[in-house]
Amino acid sequence: MLDQLQKLGATALGVAERLGRGHLFLWHVLGGFPALLPRFGLVINQLFSVGVLSLLIIAVSGLFVGMVLALQGYNTLVDFGATESLGVMVALSLVRELGPVVGGLLFAGRAGSALTAEIGLMKATEQLSAMEMMAVDPLHRVVAPRFMAGILAMPLLAAIFSALGVIGGYFVAVGLLGVDDGAFWSQMQAKVDLHEDILNGVIKSIVFGFVVTWIAVFEGYDTVPTSEGVSRATTNTVVHGSLAVLGLDFILTALMFG
Amino acid sequence: MMHSRSVQIWVGLFVVAGLAALLMLSMKVSNISAFTETEGYEVSAHFENIGGLKVRSPVTMAGVVVGRVASIGFDKDSYEAVVTLNIQNEYDNIPEDSSASIFTAGLLGEQYIGLEAGGAEEVLKAGSELELTQSAIVLEQIIGQFLVSQADKE
Repeated sequence: MLDQLQKLGATALGVAERLGRGHLFLWHVLGGFPALLPRFGLVINQLFSVGVLSLLIIAVSGLFVGMVLALQGYNTLVDFGATESLGVMVALSLVRELGPVVGGLLFAGRAGSALTAEIGLMKATEQLSAMEMMAVDPLHRVVAPRFMAGILAMPLLAAIFSALGVIGGYFVAVGLLGVDDGAFWSQMQAKVDLHEDILNGVIKSIVFGFVVTWIAVFEGYDTVPTSEGVSRATTNTVVHGSLAVLGLDFILTALMFG
Repeated sequence: MMHSRSVQIWVGLFVVAGLAALLMLSMKVSNISAFTETEGYEVSAHFENIGGLKVRSPVTMAGVVVGRVASIGFDKDSYEAVVTLNIQNEYDNIPEDSSASIFTAGLLGEQYIGLEAGGAEEVLKAGSELELTQSAIVLEQIIGQFLVSQADKE
């Protein structure tokens, strides 16, 4: 009985300690942001690996999600003779929810796992300790550029996802299902609001980018420096990152559209 | 790092693609003119019942959108709804005695305000009030009246 209680206490303390370390880590990394501006080349290199290399999966997923939304939505809307609203449905679901959320999930899987593995291996091979020996702060030199690149890349990726989804939906709706071209766009423009829908979608994607990248770099930095530890940290990034995206999405949606 | 020039070109392309996507979303998908609509003048109108009218519902004249509903309030003295209409500045020759009615777009569509031009020389200005108004048609009331009239016949 007492042993069980002790185990529970130890777990709780471990979680609290890890949370605290995560926040101190965040504070320290954010402190390194001003020093990055004169050396923006570091961020650009990371934007390449975080953003450009994620582009293919984001673009293809966006296109297909949009096409499937149009196909499925058509089946329901055709019963009410409201197929002109297909554009509204596709655009609103993409801009408000699917762009940021599916984009965030893919981002956690594609870019987050790579970040964790990279930083984790740097730690396991003691490159980070070597930097500290040379009086270079690895949090500023290694983690901060990756963090900033993640925050910058995520909204752009989500926007590309949504835009390609709308285009995919357009091809299926107008090209395949014979929805009227003009009605598709005009209904969409009448119902989608710049502030209410698009801006809120962008805010969501910035929040998701921040949280997923934070989890990814912290898992990498805080990893147990063995090959097993790195593999576990990478899995943790994907699982915790995805859960954080889904949970935060509910909260943000309730705040924004509730 | 690998060839830094090609990395930079790729990142440049990525940023351009992302911004282009944002631009497309705001220009092509949403109605960016929502920003310019705020430039207009406000007139008010009292309605006995506004039904399902909402803020930002369209105000139309001959079916053309000339403005939006800016706010909806409640008049404590007359127990009526006070609706403020924001009409775009370019429509500055609407007669003062025009009437405002609340219509429904289609059978189940959203509600909007339709203006009908009157014959007065004076035109609506900021702060004017539309005197002639017609409330929203509430479907339940009409069905109720219909049932009562059927019952009277028998």
